[in-house]
Amino acid sequence: MTAPVTAGSARSTAPGVTDVTPGAPRADLLRALETVRDPELDEPITSLGFVTSCTVSGDGDAEIRLRLPTYFCAPNFAYLMVADAYDAVSALPGVRRAEVVLEDHFASDAINGGVAAQAGFVRSFDGEAVSELHELRANFLRKAVMAGTDQVCRPLLAAGKDPAALLAMTLGELPPSRALERLRQRRADLGLSADDGAALLIDPSTGAPVLPAAVPLHLRKARVTAVSIEANSGICRGMLRHRYNNTQGQGETVPPGD
Amino acid sequence: MYESNGEKYFIVDSHMHYWNAAPDNWVPGAEQYAKGWIECFHAYQGLGPPETHWSIEHFQSYSEDDLMKDVFEDGHVDVAIFQPTDLKEWYKEGFNTTEKNAEMGKKHPGKFIYNTNFDPRDGDLGLEKLKANVERYGSIGVKLYTAEWNNGSRGYKLSDPAAYRYLEAAQNLGIKNVHVHKGPTIWPLDKDAFDVSDIDHCATDFPELNFIIEHVGLPRIEDFCFMATQEPNVYAGLSVVIGGLMHARPNFFAKVIGELLFWVGEDKMTFGSDYGIWEPKWQIEGFVDWDFPDREEFSDFPRLGIAGKKKILGLNAARLYGIDVPAEYQLKDDTQLVAGA
Repeated sequence: MTAPVTAGSARSTAPGVTDVTPGAPRADLLRALETVRDPELDEPITSLGFVTSCTVSGDGDAEIRLRLPTYFCAPNFAYLMVADAYDAVSALPGVRRAEVVLEDHFASDAINGGVAAQAGFVRSFDGEAVSELHELRANFLRKAVMAGTDQVCRPLLAAGKDPAALLAMTLGELPPSRALERLRQRRADLGLSADDGAALLIDPSTGAPVLPAAVPLHLRKARVTAVSIEANSGICRGMLRHRYNNTQGQGETVPPGD
Repeated sequence: MYESNGEKYFIVDSHMHYWNAAPDNWVPGAEQYAKGWIECFHAYQGLGPPETHWSIEHFQSYSEDDLMKDVFEDGHVDVAIFQPTDLKEWYKEGFNTTEKNAEMGKKHPGKFIYNTNFDPRDGDLGLEKLKANVERYGSIGVKLYTAEWNNGSRGYKLSDPAAYRYLEAAQNLGIKNVHVHKGPTIWPLDKDAFDVSDIDHCATDFPELNFIIEHVGLPRIEDFCFMATQEPNVYAGLSVVIGGLMHARPNFFAKVIGELLFWVGEDKMTFGSDYGIWEPKWQIEGFVDWDFPDREEFSDFPRLGIAGKKKILGLNAARLYGIDVPAEYQLKDDTQLVAGA
């Protein structure tokens, strides 16, 4: 895939940067990669430390190298991250050609080759897959909605809000927060209502409001989903650190606390 | 046996291994998988305390003497349950087989229980082997690794008809306990390989069998919890939870234990060290000393007391496996231990 080369800006000055004109500055690349998430952990591949390197040549040839916590990380999620990274970087105006390379993974060849050829998952794993990954992605977006529900509800409950009162609340009544923005985005990605008038508590599979009797269980499910994702994220970060001798990924951040 | 503050704990390590993953056991042409597998395990060990880390060479192939010292002499374990994983596409003699476990275990009578395993894709031959293993090793438990690669297939679901055929056969042979370990691959690859909904079906359809979900379904703790709360014969195997989180991520560990106590309960949680990934000593000592951090966010989780820890560390698994526990280790009030396994 090619994108038209435009005159790039020269504002990127971070150390080690391939700073070029024309072509997209590396900072643009990194910003594009920040929009790519690990679908299971619902976190950008940059902050997780999965981006080994990202460079762009003077001609606008971008090369992204990705790494994962283990050699056997699930190939379907790995494929989504590589494909999403390819799409995000290819869409940059200064990028003429993008190459995304997943390193040190049992299915590196199938994934890298498949994404480069824009083959889709089924063709990339010939005979081993029966559909593309839309349902898998949607399934994990629903989990992200549940976890996000916990993140916005817990402060309210801690402040003494009655769980039953949450039932009548809309998204517009919540105080602004990053967690709320994220929840709106995930709901919108699923095609669920996400505007100010939308109900706070909905079933992420159907979009239907939660029934009064189901509120306590819904909140408990939201909470364990958030705990599960957090715990996985903690394990993945620890494994990655061990696997790559504590070397930092591009844009990696260490979460507060543990 | 572990004693702390005058309390005596009978320890059953319900999930441990004796493997050979050294290069001399790698299948030619599949070296990268054999190497990748053991390096992945080794990275898990990195989540334990630094003083318990091993070199990769030692980790690939520890000796019988190492195991006896780490698990029994230093590790407080009374009875250990071998959980085999064949991986014969990658390891010539298998990664960790029933045969190898029993060969070693027979020199130490009373210390080990030999679980065996099966793969529903192995057809009639596999059923014969299961029967032979049960007869030879007295197995009443099986360990199933659903992501095992087998003749071009990357894994299976326990709700597959072939799996049901094996579960029926296993039950008829006297198997009581089915330990399930989900992995990263399945057929077809577009599905979530870690999904545990297949076990939900099995648990309903095989009420006489107990399903111990190892690693509490990690990385799908939430799905596991929803399922376990509905199925009386589903248990939470704590391997990886204690080893992978208690030291490395104490806050997450407290949350996960809190959720498990809420959804599953202390009567259905079983300790497993996952040795040789982690040594049992620090896990047992740390867990006996552990309590929720004294903070608001943990305040509404069920509490875990000494009785609960005794159940999790040994009494629950002893019940599942019919292990005799001397009176001094039993709960003082027997009603604390719910019957019914």
